[in-house]
Parts: sequence; structure tokens; C-alpha cells
Amino acid sequence: MSIWTRMYRWLDLRMDISGVWRATFLHPVPIDVNWWYVLGSATLTAFIVQVVTGVALAFAYVPSTEHAYSSLDFITRQAFLGSVVRGLHFWGATAMVVLILAHMGRVFLFGSFKFPREVSWLTGSLLLLLVLAMAFTGQLLRWDQDSFWGIVVLAEQFGKTPIIGGVLAQLTIAGQQVGGATLTRFFATHVFLIPAGIFLLIGVHLYLVVHRGISDPPQPDSVVVPNVELERYERVLATRGVPFFPDVAWRDFAASAALVLAVLLLSVAVGPPAMRTEANPTIVNTNPRPDWYFLSYFALLSLIPPEVENWVILGVPIAIGVFLFAVPLVANRGQRHWSKRPWAVAAVGVGLLAGAVLTVAGDRAPWAPNIDAVQHGALPPSVTAGLDTQQSAGATLFVRRGCWACHTVQGTGGLAGPDLTFVGDRLTSDQLTTRVLNGGRNMPAFASTLTPREVDELVAFLRTLKTKR
Amino acid sequence: MNSSRRQFLTWLSVGLTGLITAAIGVPILGYLLGPLLRPVENEWRVAGKVADWRLGDTKLVKIENPASLPWAGTTAESAAWVRRTGDASFLTFSVHCTHLGCPVNWLDDAQLFLCPCHGGAYYQDGTVAAGPPPRPLFNLPWRINGENIELRTIVLPTENEPQ
Repeated sequence: MSIWTRMYRWLDLRMDISGVWRATFLHPVPIDVNWWYVLGSATLTAFIVQVVTGVALAFAYVPSTEHAYSSLDFITRQAFLGSVVRGLHFWGATAMVVLILAHMGRVFLFGSFKFPREVSWLTGSLLLLLVLAMAFTGQLLRWDQDSFWGIVVLAEQFGKTPIIGGVLAQLTIAGQQVGGATLTRFFATHVFLIPAGIFLLIGVHLYLVVHRGISDPPQPDSVVVPNVELERYERVLATRGVPFFPDVAWRDFAASAALVLAVLLLSVAVGPPAMRTEANPTIVNTNPRPDWYFLSYFALLSLIPPEVENWVILGVPIAIGVFLFAVPLVANRGQRHWSKRPWAVAAVGVGLLAGAVLTVAGDRAPWAPNIDAVQHGALPPSVTAGLDTQQSAGATLFVRRGCWACHTVQGTGGLAGPDLTFVGDRLTSDQLTTRVLNGGRNMPAFASTLTPREVDELVAFLRTLKTKR
Repeated sequence: MNSSRRQFLTWLSVGLTGLITAAIGVPILGYLLGPLLRPVENEWRVAGKVADWRLGDTKLVKIENPASLPWAGTTAESAAWVRRTGDASFLTFSVHCTHLGCPVNWLDDAQLFLCPCHGGAYYQDGTVAAGPPPRPLFNLPWRINGENIELRTIVLPTENEPQ
């Protein structure tokens, strides 16, 4: 017997390694478990990547408002492989959010959350919440302008909660102004508090996976009847159960390896998000945007009517929370196969579509004025060519007076208002004058800003914007 | 061991666990709630010289925050918009859009404040011109002290009117 075998025997007698191995890695699972089942383990792998790269980043990151940005700049530009490690953390976060949502979608559509796996779904829902909290707090630690104004917006939103709003906002920013105490609070939350919760919940989640087993892929006639479900699952394992490792687990290892390689590739090829302007409450010339995870929510806040906004800010998260927690309690029995659950398919479809549409809208942000254009831009020559003196003066006013911040001309300018490329075809001089002076549904009135002569110049210019000139 | 003794020892253990939790938890919770117990005293800050504004000028000023921590860095200061409307009269605005708090920009030629986040727009007097803001820009208390204009700091969330 070799020394290694003897050492193993010695440890096994005391630690029962083989027993633990049998109970976890060798626990029987249905043989027809397929590629759809790798999403959960891939999410776990992404989390491990986040822990390892996060700890590495903490070796150099300084969680102080004075130095956070410059220490991140050091990590990104100077530290050996620092850019790659930051990239891994960023793309790992992206992967984790995508994978946990995909895993959840799979579990939902396969009806795997039904008896006896309701608690797996509930712990998973809490994990989703914590992962999104990680995504948000992580973005804040960059301590650039997006972070700073993101915190301000968060505090303002909490401030809208009835009665306790002020207290909630103060606790969020650790005081009454975003300052030195704010960043350390988010840092401790991001690196200690939330990860501790995630570790705990993953422990429970995995315990349940091993203890209650992996659900067999549903057939069109699969029906969960709680009284007999445990017996039925026993029979499935007795007739077509195989050890999890390696019969089924190889797919998990393959998917995780592909995931890690993809994250590494993106970290090297694309890298972490570029360093933008350092957080600064006195620089108002900025264009704050959340990371992609929250672009949909950002868009939602802009597209809903202002009157219902407070209800949406509070109501949407509550509605999603209630839905996630009610699902396994209300629908824990009955049909499992997606073909027999049209409402479940519709819910996933609508959710995906709404998320995608809102994310694209948040990225384009057509409601936001193009401030940069009116401050630094110039109309394309094709617009200004051949104008007489009055029209040319009007073109200058169109830019300087801010019209161009919201209106598009030949694909340039802002997207908030109507496209004016051919406005000369649609409106007469009188109509244009009225509109400029009085404003419109969502347009400022310019009567007090423009002199009568300037109005004439502006209208003369707008009249040149026609299909045929 | 008889069962009533067992029951007593069970509850004793549960009680002691509660005691341990409270002994550590109460101070930690108090520590984390600390920010609520340190209300910031708003203070008067010099925003600039009155003579630096011509009639109708709107300028961004920086004011030092009250009770900043030594490591606050760039967050030791806040900004505000100050517009001169008369010999000794000014309009002062928080930079925070009343919609969700993003910073509004002043476009001098357009005579408008524009918010980059969701497209809120305000006229020169702070009233809403367009977009989702529910109310005019917040005003800051101001006073003229000698040759200076001074502003009183305000705190987040801006729903709370300055004291």
C-alpha cells in the first residue's frame, strides 16, 4: 500500500471523506438530465470567479472617497495583469447575472420549482436579489460620475418611500450627503455583507439539490401530485438513476470551463469598462448611466407618466418580489411541461421582451437631451449649405438656443422631440412661430428667450428643412 | 434526566443564544444606525462675490459641505446654481433635478436648465419647462454678507426642504 493510500485511509477514517463524496458527488440523478441543467452550476462557477477576482482587487483597491478612483486607475493601467483581473470581475459579474436569470427561466419553464423543491426556488429568488444588489453596489465602487449620481438617484428614490423615506435615504448614504462615509458603507456591503448572505443561501440551495435530488426533465404528461411525488421520484432513480459524477457532472464541468474561458477572453480582448471622470458633485456636465443590468429600470423611470412614478418605483420591485415568492406556493402541483403551461411561457416571454425592449431604450435614452451637441457640435454642412443671411442666423440659433438638443435634423442632434428634418413640408411659418413661442406638450416655450427678430430667423431656417430645397 | 428539567435546559439554551445575539447585535445595530443620530448642521458658505454676477447671469458655484470627513476628497464640496435677478436679489437652485436627483446643466443661450438623465427641463426661474420633474428646482437659502453672496447648505434627499 503506497504512502498516499495510507494517508488517505488515515484521513478517511477520521473525516469520512468517502462518505461525503458518496452523498454529494455520487448521489443518484435521473439519466436524462441534459444540457439545460448546467446553468445553475455555471452560475456557481461565475460566483467563485467573482470571489477570487474580488479578493484580488481588494488587495489594491482603497475604499476611500479620496483614493478609490486613483487606486482603480492604478489597478487598470499600472498593476501587472490588473486590467485583466478587473475585466474578469466585470465580465464575471455580467455572466453571473445572465446565468442566474437563465437558470431561473429553465427551472420555471421545466416546472422544477414544484413540490418538493419550493424552498430551492425561494432561496434562489433571494440569491437573485442579492446578485442584483452585488451588481449595483459593485458599479458604485468605481467611484466615477456614474457611481456618484447613481447613489444620489438611489437615495432620492428611497426618499420617496412614505413615512420612512428620509431615514432610509440617510441610512443608504450614511448621512445626509454623499461623502466619505458613503463609499465605505457600500464597500463593506459589497465585499462582506452580501457575499456572506450569498454563501449562506448557496449552502442551503446546494443542500436541497443533494437532499431532494435534481428534478427529472418533464415529459408532456408529467404531473406533480405532492402525495406521491417523493415515491415517484424514488422510482425514477431506481429505474434510471446514475451517479451525478461523472455521468452527468461532466456537462457541468464542460459548461463551466467554457464560461470561464469566455470570461477570460472578454477580459483580455475587451477589458474592463473604461475609466471615466472621477466622482465629483461639482461637475454637473455629465451624463450618468447605470451599467446594463439596470438600464431597463432607468428606461422605465423615464417612460412612465410622472403621476404614477412613485407607485412604479415602489410597486414594480414589490410586484416582482411577490410574484417570485408566490409562484412556488401557489403553483407547487400539477402540470410540469411547458407545453401544458401557456401562462408560464407567456410570463417568461413577456418578461424577456420587456427587459430587452427597455434595455435597448435605456441604452439609446432618446428622452435625454443631447447637451453635448448644442455646446460643442455643429450642424452638418448639408443642412447649412446655401442658406441666406437670415436663414443662416436661424441655423445658429437652432443650435445655440438648445432646439438641437431635443430635435433631430438629418440624423444629428437629440431624439426627445419630433424629427425636424422635413418640418418645412409639414408646418407653415405661422404654425412654426406659434410652436416656438408657446412650446408644446413636452417642449419649453421660447417666448421670453427669443426676440421677435430671432423668432423670424429661426422660422426662416426651419422652413428650409424640406424634402426638396 | 426528567423531562421538565430537559425543557428548562432547552429554553435556557435558547435564551442564552438570544442574549449572545443581543449583546453583539445591539451595539452593531446602533453603530450602523449612527448616521441617523448625527444630523448635519446646515451652515452658511460663501458662494462668491456679488460683483461677479451681472444682472441675469447664472453661474455654478461650489460650496463646502458641512461636517465632511477628512477623506471626503472631491465629495467635500457641493454645487449650486446662482442667478442674479436684481441689485440685491438672487435666485439659487440646487443642482439636483427634482425628478430623481441627477445634476441639471444650465444652457445660457437657451436660458434653460436641462437634466441629462430623463430629459427634465426648467426655465431660468427654476419652473418646469418639460419632462418628468414634479416640481420646480429646489431653492437654497441665500443672503448677502458684505460683498459676498452666501448660501446655506442643503442635504439629501431633497424631498426634505432645507431648514
